[in-house]
Amino acid sequence: MILKRLAFLTILLLTFTIGISHAKPRAFIFGRGGDSVGLDPAHEEDGESFKVCESIYDTLVQYQDDSTEIEPALAESWETSADGLTWTFHLRRDVDFHDGTSFDANAVLFSLNRQHDANHPFHQVGGPCIYWTDTGLAETVDQISRIDDYTIQITLTRPYAPFIYALTIPAFAIVSPTALKKSGEDFTNRPVGTGPFSFVRWDRNEKIVLKANKDYWGGAPGVDLLIFRAIPENSVRLIELQNGSIQAMEFPNPDDLPLIRQDPDLNIIEQAGMNVGYLAMNMDKQPFGNHKVRQAINHAINKNQIVEQLYQGLGIPAKNPIPPNMWSYDQTTEAYTYDPGLAKQLLSQAGYANGFKVTLWALPVPRPYIPNGRMLAEAIQSDLKQVGIQTEVVSPEWGTYLEKTKNGEHDMAMLGWSADFADPDNFLYYLLSKSSAKKPAGNIAFYRSDAMQSILDQARTETDTTIRTQLYRQAQALFQKDVPWVPLAHAKQIVIARKNVRDLTLHPTSFKYLRHVKIKAD
Amino acid sequence: MTAYLIQRLLSMLLSLLGVSILVFWMVHLIPGDPALMILGERANEAALQELRQQMGLDQPKAVQYARFLSDLSRLDLGRSFRTKGLVAEEIGRHFPPTAELTLAAMLFAIVFGILAGVISAINRGGFWDFATMFGALAGVSIPIFWLGLMLILLFAHQLDLFPVSGRLDALLDLEIERRTNFMLLDTLLAGNLAAFADAVWHLILPAVTLGTVPLAIITRMTRSSLLEVLNQQYITTAYAKGLSQWIVVGKHALKNSLIPVITVIGLEFGYLLGGAILTEHIFSWPGIGSWLLKAVEARDIRPIQGGVLFIAALFMSVNLIVDLLYAYIDPRIRIQSAAV
Repeated sequence: MILKRLAFLTILLLTFTIGISHAKPRAFIFGRGGDSVGLDPAHEEDGESFKVCESIYDTLVQYQDDSTEIEPALAESWETSADGLTWTFHLRRDVDFHDGTSFDANAVLFSLNRQHDANHPFHQVGGPCIYWTDTGLAETVDQISRIDDYTIQITLTRPYAPFIYALTIPAFAIVSPTALKKSGEDFTNRPVGTGPFSFVRWDRNEKIVLKANKDYWGGAPGVDLLIFRAIPENSVRLIELQNGSIQAMEFPNPDDLPLIRQDPDLNIIEQAGMNVGYLAMNMDKQPFGNHKVRQAINHAINKNQIVEQLYQGLGIPAKNPIPPNMWSYDQTTEAYTYDPGLAKQLLSQAGYANGFKVTLWALPVPRPYIPNGRMLAEAIQSDLKQVGIQTEVVSPEWGTYLEKTKNGEHDMAMLGWSADFADPDNFLYYLLSKSSAKKPAGNIAFYRSDAMQSILDQARTETDTTIRTQLYRQAQALFQKDVPWVPLAHAKQIVIARKNVRDLTLHPTSFKYLRHVKIKAD
Repeated sequence: MTAYLIQRLLSMLLSLLGVSILVFWMVHLIPGDPALMILGERANEAALQELRQQMGLDQPKAVQYARFLSDLSRLDLGRSFRTKGLVAEEIGRHFPPTAELTLAAMLFAIVFGILAGVISAINRGGFWDFATMFGALAGVSIPIFWLGLMLILLFAHQLDLFPVSGRLDALLDLEIERRTNFMLLDTLLAGNLAAFADAVWHLILPAVTLGTVPLAIITRMTRSSLLEVLNQQYITTAYAKGLSQWIVVGKHALKNSLIPVITVIGLEFGYLLGGAILTEHIFSWPGIGSWLLKAVEARDIRPIQGGVLFIAALFMSVNLIVDLLYAYIDPRIRIQSAAV
């Protein structure tokens, strides 16, 4: 009996080892903290979904690999009319979708009109088109029309300079009309695009498997399989990486970084993220209507120390509302120095020599721009106490947090923003314009400046980038004067990879970096 | 017996109705706008309104509940607003991993728990008794999170004996079609023995982690119940008759001491089936616990309702089976209920 058992086990083990020794495809396995929500990009808005979509689909235009400059993708070239209202795109020829159907103007029309045109047969399929509404394209775009098989035209209702940048957003990727018509609501589980990888399978909350599109117009990818594995626990993800069962991962525990730096098998790949974490002061509530008070608070908070301790080297202190890698960033801005003495002076000048008490809202969940809201709140609380300001830390759960801050229930609240696309308008208009101070507001400082509104309105319709740059510099100067926020930090994004991984370069605002990745044989 | 069964089934149905009311109202009492949760920081009023309408949140609560019940009667659990998937399908996909893990954990806990409990009882007051009880105390006190991480660090990382997390090697998995989503079944159905062995290997560390607390509880329960039985007169008689310890304990005493143990096993089983969230989290196990947790975080109403109802029904069924098992094991209960 025992002998039989042993024999069985031996056979099992033998088959196991034999199974492993077969020639294996080059698979790049990326470990991430969560699964995608859906793979029809028009209906998604979370990074995990877009990460995978950027490997399956292409957009009309894309960022260059190492900058935020735009280069052709599915559109080879484009022109704008003199009034900035008509954009004509000449499409790339000889491109096929993964299902074999051809890419042409009809595909672009289908992909974009289903988002724009309420009468489109597929407008209701799959849920709301969050980014189309959200970036304002729903109002800004007038019509999308076909000129011929490889030319399309998009007319706008008003000139909108960020338009070409907006087109890089994965939500506006081109999908296969044939596949979508066939799958309907299920297209989100069976995506078909033109990208460097095609979809193989999705085991929900486990992994997504993509395989190389050898005929990709941009050149065949460097690996045969691209697998995204969901490994929720940060420390376990690191162990998988150390064991070699995955080739790269995101979001290590900041505390593990020293360990990772010492590991000869691992590389840390860093890149300044296009984001900002800030502390907004609700100007609709006293005493934040008082300019000197806001200035005082900016002097009272020790940003450098906070960023060093909380971000563990993965962030830089912020002085402007836009990050340094965003064009028009003003390097010359003078940051508010950490000066509790000056802060106290300003407070007493403002009539608050004895300080005051306010609520301080702390983020309950980690966000890319603020990894630990409660620890941040404690640091801010203690800094403010030094100058006589008492704070009560409030930390409702995430859904409530968003709702209530948008409705201005806070005195001070921390929040942040990650770029949708590389244009200052994407930050400044939503976060700091007067028009965005209407509840539910994006501008949770409720900063209502006509001067700022006018600068931002002008900058988004002006097509000359030099003039826009000047305008955004003015906006930053105005912000520095009015300080509705304490800008806190810009977080870096970081990926840990095994030493034999090549050509994995991060990008400030897109997830293209897996397209060219290769694994060098050890 | 049949009358008893029907009676229990009816009361189960009533309980489930109660759960459905609770679950329905609870979701609406939790603060936080579901539409805002789904759309995130970028939501604007127009998009929010559209989504609320789609979710049916603008109807009066009574209407929503009526719709809810009528859908339930057709076993239609609705769609998740977050993933657009059918809730029934998602439960069907996420439950098998939890079930597989629970079965493995309970197998581990039952086999070793009863064994340890018996050894402990027989050697009462001796070294093995002390050692086993100490182990049981440790088992019940150790935080699952820590235990799981320690097991991974030692056995998967340092000793390289087991895989770190997940259900199957990523490349082997490509050859397996998930027909039932029970990995052990699917690998056998695919005729892939290497994958089957790999699946078993992946199951071991999480099963041990999850099974440690039930193991400790079963050990203690077996020990105390067996001790009680061993003190009975008929056991002394059996020894007097000259029967060996193995037969006395194994044949006579153990069966009679099993009732409290079965109670505990049933309870633990039901509890684990509810979704071992921590274990699932550590071992990247795509089970129903983490699925439900995500739904709660996102205020995704339909999955929350469907998930909680499903788990409640499951728990009640497990309890029903345990009660039926009593009747089978203990003839006295059978006779009693027949007399009624």
